[in-house]
Amino acid sequence: MLPDASNIAKGVDGVLLFIVITGIVIIGIVTFFMIFFSVTYNKRRHPEPDSVQDSTVLEIVWTVVPIGIVLVMFYLGWKNYKFIQGVPKNAMTVRVTGRQWSWLFTYANGKNSGILELPVGKPVKLDITSADVIHGFFIPAFRIKQDAVPGVVNSIWFIPDKTGTYEILCTVYCGIGHAHMLSKAVIVPEADFDTWYNEKQQVPVQANAAAARGEGLIKQYGCTGCHTVDGSPLVGPTYKGLYNSRITVITNGKERTVTADDAYIKLCILDPGVNLVKGFPPHVMPSFKGRLTGRDIREIIAYVKTLK
Amino acid sequence: MEHNTKDTGSVSYLDKTANGRGILAWILSTDHKRIGLLYAMVMFSFFAVAVSIGFTMRLALIEPGHKILSARTYDALFTIHGVIMIFIFIIPSIPAFLGNFFLPILIGAKDVAFPRLNLLSWYIFVIGAVLAVVSLFTGGGPIDTGWTFYVPYSIQTGTNVTLAAFSVFLIGFSSMLTGINFITTIHRYRAPGMKWFRMPLFAWSLYATGWVQILATPVIAITLLLIIAGRMFGIYLFDPASGGDPLLYQHLFWMYSHPAVYIMILPAMGVVTEIIPTFSKKPIFGYTAIAMSSLAIAFFGSLVWGHHMFTSGMSQTAKWLFSLLTFIVAVPSGVKVFNWVASLYGGSIELEPPLLFTFAFIFLFSIGGFTGLIQGALAVDVQVHDTYFIVGHLHYVMFGGTAFALFAGIHYWFPKMFGKMYNKNVARLALLVMFIGFNTLYFPMFVLGWEGMPRRSYDYLPQFHTGQLISIVGSWILVPGLIIMFTNLIYALFKGEKTPANPWGGVTLEWKISSPPPRENFEEIPVITSRPYVFGAEAEHE
Repeated sequence: MLPDASNIAKGVDGVLLFIVITGIVIIGIVTFFMIFFSVTYNKRRHPEPDSVQDSTVLEIVWTVVPIGIVLVMFYLGWKNYKFIQGVPKNAMTVRVTGRQWSWLFTYANGKNSGILELPVGKPVKLDITSADVIHGFFIPAFRIKQDAVPGVVNSIWFIPDKTGTYEILCTVYCGIGHAHMLSKAVIVPEADFDTWYNEKQQVPVQANAAAARGEGLIKQYGCTGCHTVDGSPLVGPTYKGLYNSRITVITNGKERTVTADDAYIKLCILDPGVNLVKGFPPHVMPSFKGRLTGRDIREIIAYVKTLK
Repeated sequence: MEHNTKDTGSVSYLDKTANGRGILAWILSTDHKRIGLLYAMVMFSFFAVAVSIGFTMRLALIEPGHKILSARTYDALFTIHGVIMIFIFIIPSIPAFLGNFFLPILIGAKDVAFPRLNLLSWYIFVIGAVLAVVSLFTGGGPIDTGWTFYVPYSIQTGTNVTLAAFSVFLIGFSSMLTGINFITTIHRYRAPGMKWFRMPLFAWSLYATGWVQILATPVIAITLLLIIAGRMFGIYLFDPASGGDPLLYQHLFWMYSHPAVYIMILPAMGVVTEIIPTFSKKPIFGYTAIAMSSLAIAFFGSLVWGHHMFTSGMSQTAKWLFSLLTFIVAVPSGVKVFNWVASLYGGSIELEPPLLFTFAFIFLFSIGGFTGLIQGALAVDVQVHDTYFIVGHLHYVMFGGTAFALFAGIHYWFPKMFGKMYNKNVARLALLVMFIGFNTLYFPMFVLGWEGMPRRSYDYLPQFHTGQLISIVGSWILVPGLIIMFTNLIYALFKGEKTPANPWGGVTLEWKISSPPPRENFEEIPVITSRPYVFGAEAEHE
């Protein structure tokens, strides 16, 4: 079953239940009469049709009563939705950026994260936008969804009221990696959140500090949405064993073999249209020009080197 | 009622000696009946392809993470499935096939108002359909945007969006011309004495549809041209990077594509409204209410497009207004359903295949309608928007609704069109298999969607596995049902028993001429003296 892990969930479920029950009753009545009349007035039993006159009263009844029912449904749907305008003053703001094909969460203190970590029981406001095409930010367990539209910031707010880990999915088709544009919302007690919130960006555990930061970068920028580090191909080629390997690429429509050295990887990141690795679809990878600095790219390459 | 079999000496529209032999006698014919069948041939060929694609997509989801199809292939398949089903099958289905064939006959006319324009519409439709196929193999290959062509993705993607959008543009033109033709025909070519409220209700539904086709289709035509302009000349009206607005595209797209839903469903409602009186042997209950509800649906249906955009970031006012109008448009559909069921009361009912298909239509369409209300409620729509819930809903409305009504209409008018009868028990069996398969396939999608399964995904999280499996098994039942039905009909086309002119005992005009109908429908244009659907004893009173 779908958990109800936010302040919104119960209201939404109530509206759904009301419409579903009304629907079952009305479709039940319609189906019952369809079958009942077919049996009672079957030609074998009832060879001569009766003369039945139109009834204005009936027409009015089954126009006005449904109008009443749907107005109730409309009202319930609106009532459980309009709270969205009144963001509480103490709400914590997190900026959500969708991009092909990962989510980036930016907190007030500048902390960047690939997962949405939040304190339980505190109102949170999400400012949702996109860096490229339209995405759909969706947390089923919280009953919230908002499209991430480039050039626009759409806000929603809610209170996560149960600790736990919940799925984040993308609902608007956004290209080849759409199905794997996943993340998690991790709801923790406030104290745990504070610790996480204030800890410095990833302490390098590897001896190689640059590689460690590179590893952080490829997760943060969503590279792993398409490129694995374990040797299996996904949307794009894997990073494992890439560095200094000989690979076949298509350049200007011609096949050639190149060595994946620093210059090659840098070019792939900044201008992915130049060399297309054979066997992979074109026009998929976006350019990271202006989004990654020279230092970022050096650190990513340092990390790729470690994947042998 | 079955005495009307005597050949009046008129020549059938199918007669080879009178109409000329070979394919040219068909593709150059301006006879509305032949053009209707030309549409049917193109539509059903594409339908077969799109069903196979749908079946393949289901199969590809048999296991999470198990990639039978690559993401790229899957993305192309769901786009092609949608484009074919929506633009090449469902939109033209009932109006262009059954409407072309029966509208002139039902109102006592010899042909549509503009027979040559009618043939031109078919050619434009075919060219559009062919270009859609060509777009798969040229340029950047099969498009992967979904049938909605949402910007900025549709401008950014390297696939062949330009040609595909142009093909949809052409098909839209064909639809518009058909709408103009039907409206003119209804205004100018009704038989003497056929006042507006003596018109059969199928004609009323085509009249309402015609107006939607004329008024809404230009909007998508222009919108698709703007996409092409964006891709070819860098005129980015919808690109935020150049000061454009992607939501403007969504407004323009749904301003057509939601009314298009009514282009699909209104004629379907018209077809079942013809069938019910014939098999209950009494007039339709609430003729005026049914006719007026068609116009109400066409009117309100043009004002609800925003309910496709509740999560896109519209203003709060727009949201509640579109939600309210969406609920209002449900009422005339409900009125129709109640009147259909009331028409059975006191009848003398024969459970022939067309009526059984009609019952299936009413049941499935009602589920489609109620799940539509669930989406109309703002709070709930947020949860189900862009999930499998939508996929389930749209298949209940378009397949369970329009396509089942189309099948009902084909089983109803088959003996009239070809003068032959199919095997009725095989038709009943096909319906039963399809009905079970349909619900097994699409009902689990409501649950999957509620629990968060996004649409248009070639892979999914493990918790959705059970629902996907049930749905896949449904496709293994539904497709054989379709095959049984079509085999039965095609067999009957060649080897079916000859049937009298009026096998069902219907009273509308098409049952008063021979089967297959004569080339010019009527030897003598009939004079109408009463409302339609007047049976037996009552007819004598008139």
